[in-house]
Amino acid sequence: MYWRMTAAAMALCVTISSAHAFSIYVSNEKDNTITVVDSVSLEPVKTVKVGQRPRGIAVTRDGKFILVCASDDDTIEMIDATTFERVGTLPSGPDPELLTLSPDGKTLYVANEDDNLITIIDMESKSVVNEIPVGVEPEGMGISPDGKTLVNTSETTNMAHFVDTATHKIVQNVLVDQRPRFAEFKSDNSQVWVSSEIGGTVSVIDNKTFQVIKKISFDIPGLRSEAIQPVGVRITKDGKKAFVALGPANRVAVINAETFEVLDYLLVGQRVWQLAFTPDEKFIISTNGVSNDISVIDVNELTVLKSILVGQLPWGIAVSPN
Amino acid sequence: MAEREMRRAGMLCLLVQAFLALALARVANAAETIDIRIAYLRSSETKLAISVLDAPPKDDGIAGALVAINDNNTTGQFINQKFYLEDVKLNPDQDPAKIVSELIAKGTSYIVTDLPAAMLLKTADTAKASGVLVFNAGATDDSLREENCRANVLHTAPARSMLADGLAQYLVWKQWRNWFLISGSHENDKLWAEALKRAAIRFGAVVVEERVFEDRGASRQTDSGNVLIQREIPVFTQGAPEHDVVVAADESEVFATYLPYRTWIARPVVGSAGLVASSWHPSHEQWGAKQIQNRFVKATGRRMNSKDMQAWTAVRIIGEATTRAPSTDLAAVTTFIKSPDFSIAAFKGQRVTFRQWNWQLRQPVLLSDGRNVVSVSPQEGFLHQFSELDTLGIDQPETKCKLQ
Repeated sequence: MYWRMTAAAMALCVTISSAHAFSIYVSNEKDNTITVVDSVSLEPVKTVKVGQRPRGIAVTRDGKFILVCASDDDTIEMIDATTFERVGTLPSGPDPELLTLSPDGKTLYVANEDDNLITIIDMESKSVVNEIPVGVEPEGMGISPDGKTLVNTSETTNMAHFVDTATHKIVQNVLVDQRPRFAEFKSDNSQVWVSSEIGGTVSVIDNKTFQVIKKISFDIPGLRSEAIQPVGVRITKDGKKAFVALGPANRVAVINAETFEVLDYLLVGQRVWQLAFTPDEKFIISTNGVSNDISVIDVNELTVLKSILVGQLPWGIAVSPN
Repeated sequence: MAEREMRRAGMLCLLVQAFLALALARVANAAETIDIRIAYLRSSETKLAISVLDAPPKDDGIAGALVAINDNNTTGQFINQKFYLEDVKLNPDQDPAKIVSELIAKGTSYIVTDLPAAMLLKTADTAKASGVLVFNAGATDDSLREENCRANVLHTAPARSMLADGLAQYLVWKQWRNWFLISGSHENDKLWAEALKRAAIRFGAVVVEERVFEDRGASRQTDSGNVLIQREIPVFTQGAPEHDVVVAADESEVFATYLPYRTWIARPVVGSAGLVASSWHPSHEQWGAKQIQNRFVKATGRRMNSKDMQAWTAVRIIGEATTRAPSTDLAAVTTFIKSPDFSIAAFKGQRVTFRQWNWQLRQPVLLSDGRNVVSVSPQEGFLHQFSELDTLGIDQPETKCKLQ
């Protein structure tokens, strides 16, 4: 019996330790660093000094490089994910805020907030391929999983601009609620979800008809509606669950992504903005700007497992794919 | 599906999409561009300040309106709307009636004003019959929101009572409850002092003494002026009862800026110098404000002031409502702006909305030390049954406004 239990315990240990460790990268806007957190131990393992005011962050599809928008340096830094050395910069245009990579990893799309532009960068030649004029204060950047459609949100124009990635032309402009911050496609390309920070809603837009098919709103007892400010949105690959970071409401909303019903509000840290899944979708992690930490949420159990102290004003988050 | 079939289906799909795109483009071209005309009325009185650094720029206010016109037009290009701004300068105390009538006859639908209260009221009453909507982006007089409120005037400028309450909440939060109030001798200084005294009573502070600093017509800064002021101010502030702060009510810029570092006993100065309450500040960068500041600097070569922001907000409200209202005509847009659900994003951390009882824009108040934003009111803990922003200024149960 004893042996069997030990064996079982050992087997469990093996399972746990063999769980794949991903690296979680958090950009800290205030202290110009990235915190690297191990997804198994859930401990910070390294702090990397980067350019000024790091915000949007992504990892290349092969996991080899971290891309971070150094907004006040008007550049995107490429950081080697093994050595954490800065190996190069990308010509982002002024004040880059959010970025997204094409599914094949070959093209980078950057929102330039100050210039009302989207900059398109070829990752191989590291050069600007095109610039697309959009509305005032472009921010959110979502790419459809088939790579065909890019959705950019403009925060003062309050539109989601649908861009054909083949022609680099805007094919449709969809009016959403105020200060749209983030755009996230469903994995089947059918819908794009756009969060409106000041409007307090998430618009679900049909990717074929460009109609807003649902406006999701939030209601948290005891909180003023002004404090509910949706920013980051993530949807599971099976299209069943969506998570929305609610800013100064200090909560992440869990939504049934098929019925659009809000299922739960999970209390995390203060001023929660961006979210990222681990590639296995076991966890979703939130950046909590004012409490200087990130919260790890168990996607199945819908519980907050742990809060991890990172740098000052954590803003963006990305997880290594391997 | 065989690969070839799939490719064919894909091609067909592309073709359909191309047709759709063409059709859409044609619809967009065919739709006529709607012109929306806004007039900006300002009176050209030059204002002096004790410090040359505080003298308002010549394009104060109008510059914000122009940036907002650009913002509206960036959005308008996607939906065939074009916004125009006409800058109209009036002489101080000029009767605006004739000009207002002419503007309306020319097709102006909205008037944004930076005018003294009396001129604003004349503008509003002249515009009333036409339905033209007036936005007050300059005057802080509470009377315009109270006994002299008008149904066709919306205020993006905060009222003095809102600014005073924003400051008072912070002072009370700091436990600086005993105030030594020094007021100027001009009418607007007295109104500002009244607002501050009201705020003291509201939030539990005490004005331990009020002194009036008479304006004897002295010039601002003169050669050797410093020596004189250094002798004058300590003596003037001598002998006041025990106090935590010196509160200056000096909109006319006669003395407040002389107070810091010269008071009889070492006390911080607030009000019209030192810690100042305003709707905006050139150094404000939070809540995305960095973007509007950058845009403004690029357009004007300077940073954004309160009046610029108040004008920007007015013109953006017109743009936002024209984009969203069921129709772009004045009546539909007015109804849309006046609906209780209307709000606007103004880089202040939350949506700002209009008070339905007097059309004052609810808004957070910034407190700054001249270099940086020190705090933003309402302060934590000042609660309200409807909106915490209604802890700033005259609230619905106390209002004297009867909208007509």
